[in-house]
Parts: sequence; C-alpha cells; structure tokens
Amino acid sequence: MTNSPGRAEKLSSSAGSVMFDADVLVLGGGPAGTWAAISAAEHGARVVLADKGFCGTSGATAAAGTGVWYVDPAPERREAAMASREKLGGHLQDRRWMARVLDRTYAQSNQLADWGYPYPADDDGRPQRNSLQGPEYMRLMRKRTKQAGVTILDHSPALELLVDGNGVVAGATGLRRQKGDRWAVNAKAVVIATGGCAFLSKTLGSNVLTGDGYLLAAEAGAEFTSMEFSNAYAISPAFGSVTKTLFYSWSSFTDEQGSVIPGASSKGGRSVIARALRKGPVYAQLDQADAETQRHMRVSQPNFFLPFDRTGIDPFTQRFPITLRLEGTVRGTGGLRIIDDSCATTVPGLYAAGDAATRELICGGFTGGGSHNAAWAMSSGHWAGQGAAEFARQMGTTSGRQAFRRGTVGLRSGGGRPLQGSALARSVQDEVFPYELNYFREAGRLGESLRRLDALWSDASAADAPDEKELLRAREAAAMLATARWMYRSALTRQESRGMHRRDDYPEQDDRYLHLVTSGGLDDVWTSARPLASAQYAEAAE
Amino acid sequence: MIEVIDAEQCTACDICVSVCPTNVFDKTDGIPRIARQSDCQTCFLCELYCPEDALFVSPFADAPQAVDVAALKEATMLGSYRRAVGWVEESRHLRAADRSYRLFGH
Ligand SMILES: Cc1cc2nc3c(=O)[nH]c(=O)nc-3n(C[C@H](O)[C@H](O)[C@H](O)COP(=O)(O)OP(=O)(O)OC[C@H]3O[C@@H](n4cnc5c(N)ncnc54)[C@H](O)[C@@H]3O)c2cc1C
Ligand code: SF4
Ligand code: SF4
Repeated sequence: MTNSPGRAEKLSSSAGSVMFDADVLVLGGGPAGTWAAISAAEHGARVVLADKGFCGTSGATAAAGTGVWYVDPAPERREAAMASREKLGGHLQDRRWMARVLDRTYAQSNQLADWGYPYPADDDGRPQRNSLQGPEYMRLMRKRTKQAGVTILDHSPALELLVDGNGVVAGATGLRRQKGDRWAVNAKAVVIATGGCAFLSKTLGSNVLTGDGYLLAAEAGAEFTSMEFSNAYAISPAFGSVTKTLFYSWSSFTDEQGSVIPGASSKGGRSVIARALRKGPVYAQLDQADAETQRHMRVSQPNFFLPFDRTGIDPFTQRFPITLRLEGTVRGTGGLRIIDDSCATTVPGLYAAGDAATRELICGGFTGGGSHNAAWAMSSGHWAGQGAAEFARQMGTTSGRQAFRRGTVGLRSGGGRPLQGSALARSVQDEVFPYELNYFREAGRLGESLRRLDALWSDASAADAPDEKELLRAREAAAMLATARWMYRSALTRQESRGMHRRDDYPEQDDRYLHLVTSGGLDDVWTSARPLASAQYAEAAE
Repeated sequence: MIEVIDAEQCTACDICVSVCPTNVFDKTDGIPRIARQSDCQTCFLCELYCPEDALFVSPFADAPQAVDVAALKEATMLGSYRRAVGWVEESRHLRAADRSYRLFGH
C-alpha cells in the first residue's frame, strides 16, 4: 500500500528562515493532521507537517484520550448508531456522511491495531476498539507519520497562508519558536488540521487550540458553517484542567449546604449546573459508581484521577467543588465548510480535517462527548490528505509560481500601537466565557457582545505588528476574536434552540430553521442560510 | 501547573523541553528552566515523557502552588501518572487495561 514517496525538499533560504518545497503541507499534528499526512504520503505526495507544539503530545486528543465512534459493520448496528444521535443533533446531520465516516473509522481503527496499538480485549478475548488512550495513540501516530516519510516541524506554529495569483493556496509561513527563526513551505495543497478553539480556557490539552487555522483560512477566503454550535462547556474540578464529563454520569451534585440540586446532571442537566454556578459553588461526588465501576474507571482514564489523587480527595466518597470550562468549537460542531467528499474547502487547494472542519455532517448541532469527534478526525484526516495529494498531482509543476502572503491582523503594520495579544485574549474571554452570554443566549446580550467584539476587531486591525516574541500570542488572540464573531453572528441568526445552541428568547426548536448557517468575513462578518443536503437532493429530484 | 524539576533526578536530556505543547521550558547548559509557568496548560504530558520521574505537575491549573519535593518523593507521587498508564516496565500490562467499553458500550 505504501509507495515510498520522496521527502519534501529543504531549500536554501535567507538567514533567519528555513524553506521547504512540498506537494502537501499539513498544518496541525493531532489525529486529523497525522492521518492526513500519512494518507497524502501514501498517495505519493512529498509532505511537510507543521505543528504549533510537539506532534504527538499537542492538541486535545494527546492529553485527553477519546472514545471512538467504532461500530461493527452489521447493518442494524450501523442504523442504530446513526439514529441514536439524530434528535440530539437537531436533525441537521447527513446520513450519507455518517455512513461513510462509520466505514472509514472502522478501517482506520483496525489499521491502528495492525500497527500495534494495544487495544484491550474483553473477557471472551474479543478486541475492543471504541476508546483510545491519548498519549499512547498519538505517540504511535507520530512514529507512523515519520515512517511514512513526512517531514515534521515541531514548535512551528503557522502564521499565515500563501496564495498564488489565481487565489490557489501555495503554502504557508510560520515561526520556529524554539529556534528563533521563521519557516516557509511552498506547497501545491494545504490541509488545515489545527483543531478547534477553546479560547485558552485550560480545558485539558486545549490551550494550543485558539482557532488559528480558521483565521488563516478566512484570510484566504474560506467559509464556515454551524459556528453557532460552539458553546460546549465541560465539567472539571473547580481548581483543575481535567474536563472529562463522562464520569460525572455517576455523580450527584450538591450546593453549598449539601442539598442535592434538582435536575443537575452531566447529561441533559448541565445547564442546571451552569445556573447554580452563577449563584454559588457546586459540588460533585461520584457516589453512584459501585466498586467494580470504580475499578474500571481507574484503569480506563488514569488522568481523570490525577487532580484527586494529588489533592488527597477521594471523589467516590468525598464531595469536591466543580466548574464548567468552555470547550468552544473543540466540542462544538462548527468549522470550515467542506464542499465535497475529499474535504475540500471553498478555497482551491485548501482542505480541512478534524475539529478545524465542520462536524455538522455527522453530528448536526451537538457533539458533547461521544466519540464522533475522534471518528471524524480519523476519517476526514484520511480523506483530506488524499484529496490534497490528488490536487497536487493534477497541478503538476509549479516552479516559478508567485506566492503572496495573506495574513492580516497582527502581521501588517497598521501604524498604531503594537497589538497586545494577552490583553486582547482576555477581552475575548470576557465575551465568551460568561454563561449568560454564551451558554444562555439572547438577542440583546449577543448584540451587545458583538458590538464590543467588532470594536476590538477594528482596533486590532489598526494596530501595528508586535515584535517576534509577542507575535504568536497576538495571532492567537486575533483568531479567538474572529472565531467569537462568527459564533455570535451565527447564533443571532438562529432564532430557536437546537442542538447545543440555546436561546432564552426562543426556547423551542422551530422547523423554519431546519437549515445550516454559513458564515465568513473578517472586517465584515456575514451569515447566510443553506439548505440541508437531504433537502437539496429532494429539490434536484423534483 | 508544572511546579518542579527535581535536580537530583534530572539528567538534562531536554525531552520535556521538546514535548511540552505550550513551550513552557527553556534549555540551559544544565537542567531545563521553567521559563513560562503561566503558559502551562496542566496537561501532565511532560511528566509522562520524563524518563527520570523528575517532574511534578500540580493539578491546580490556574495558580502556582508551593510543593514539597521531599514529601512528594516520600509519597511516590513523582512518576505516578507514568506508572498508571503503563509507561514503565513494571506496569506495562496497564497499556491495554482500558475498560471504557464496560463503561460506555456502543
Ligand atoms: C477533555 C477532552 C475530552 C475529549 N473526549 C473526547 C471523546 O471521548 N470522544 C471524542 O470523539 N472526542 C473527544 N474530544 C474531542 C477530541 O479530542 C477532538 O475532536 C480531536 O482531538 C480533534 O482532533 P484534531 O486533530 O482535529 O485536533 P487536535 O487534536 O486538537 O490537534 C490540533 C493540532 O493543531 C496544532 N495547531 C494549532 N494551531 C496551530 C498552528 N497555528 N500551526 C500549527 N499547528 C497548530 C495543535 O498544536 C494540535 O497539535 C475531547 C476533547 C477534550 C478537550
Ligand atoms: S525530561 Fe526529565 S530528565 Fe529530561 S530534562 Fe526534563 S526533567 Fe530532566
Ligand atoms: S503540564 Fe503540559 S503544559 Fe504544563 S509544562 Fe507539562 S507539558 Fe507543558
């Protein structure tokens, strides 16, 4: 299957920078990025993968681990798996995509087994493949990526895309932050696999996820979809970073006085917890897990127990304070709009995978926990890598092609003061963390918030580029800001409650909104309604 | 947040400098320096990759905590995550001990 491709070529370049020539450039080295890089290389492409952190430990999966939507191919199993989530997702999913993701995920998971991932077996010796330990999985993916001949650039955040005179993507540039210089990659196609945006909320493993890929893609003209489904909040101990909500289904929730909070639960009662948290502290205790369940929990998710073992709390017998941390689009379903089966975006040569791409295709308006994200990262990564390699092959030679930098905020001299990344990031957090703005939405509050966010954007656009040391933080903050504006504009237009999007002023699901919301734009953010694929097919058939 | 690099154990291999996703450490001529503690996202991964059990990540994500290294060693806290996930010889069997399928079967 592997036809060993050539390596991306390192070109000589001026001092303070390093340059490569590749067919495919993958931005991001989580599951989506590594699967994309491997499949592009297997299709004969010369591939470079650049990660902001370290490919293998960076991103949401490496730190957290994931349940995987791995379902036996038996038709009744598949049918049940698809049907079970349609209501939760507000009926915005696309069955055809669900089926192809189930097939692909099954194949990729079995591939992992062949590569030696230590899947457990049940008491009858049957392998169990619906969960992946993050560090173990991503260590293996790094190894396989290298073995596929991919050049990996660690600690090399992308800052902006390059585009040719026809608007076709031509590569990207970024920083090598541990070497103190810059990188540039000339490529015939680029895959954005930079994950979602969790707004530096310290949700487990997600502080590298600030929406950078969205901003880069938007600067090249890409579109977004389902950005209103971005208000995922996860339960964690109040002091800690481990946002694993699953185990709280064995929990009771109490207030300061120790009284049970009516309706509070991890599933279907998280908004009750959010409301209670606005009044005072909320406590959890996993008192509904019997001894056997407790044992399974410990070996399944060792990181869940770190905050407890290290503070001397027994979460099964003692109550502890909890909070809800914003996971934004990491566990939302919005992202770059995918226009075909190869995960192409609306920009020629630009592909998207994983959390950076929309998951509406299989999740509609809701993911939460529940395995679909991991399945999507594997599947879309595979398709995007293949699509990008094919695009590069068809392009043929590109020598002499001119490339133009597309970066805006934080990269251009605006003549004002240098952009203050950390301060801007805090201002964006003030608009997206509060439950009354993001969890419980309402036209007046969303509108006010957007007014402030738009003002921050025009200030940031007029600011000067900061120095090299502050550049990454500034671009991250700009990406968070852009993301918040697509989120809230989309949220304003959806005048109903559906999936994870909740409107206080429109508490019911309203079938006039059984469509998808596209968004985009930087200085002027726009939205428009798009019919569901199933509706499009129906029209075409008429 | 990351709180300590134990100078007694650390061999200055710089693995933690490479693997930290948020670039918290700086290389030095000897043991690495915790240079940007406030960028630590409390993911525990440096601890997991340190071959010498020389690091300790406190579970408090939002504020630094004073820790007592001698007491941590006494309580065999250093390297405890590594042992729990089966990344040391004695606990290799734990790499395939995941029982998630018992907790949330599909
Ligand atoms: C606590 C937690 C638990 C979860 N549990 C589950 C679960 O049980 N099941 C499930 O399906 N999903 C789960 N998820 C979601 C799942 O982890 C993500 O959907 C998955 O990691 C997405 O993969 P990805 O490759 O798209 O992104 P990531 O794994 O987040 O990787 C993105 C990569 O892009 C890099 N990057 C970012 N910006 C740049 C840049 N400018 N330049 C270069 N590189 C960049 C990052 O460093 C990172 O390595 C969970 C998430 C969290 C936070
Ligand atoms: S990984 Fe451990 S041993 Fe290596 S430099 Fe870091 S602290 Fe020292
Ligand atoms: S816990 Fe994570 S973010 Fe903090 S220093 Fe260690 S590797 Fe870096």
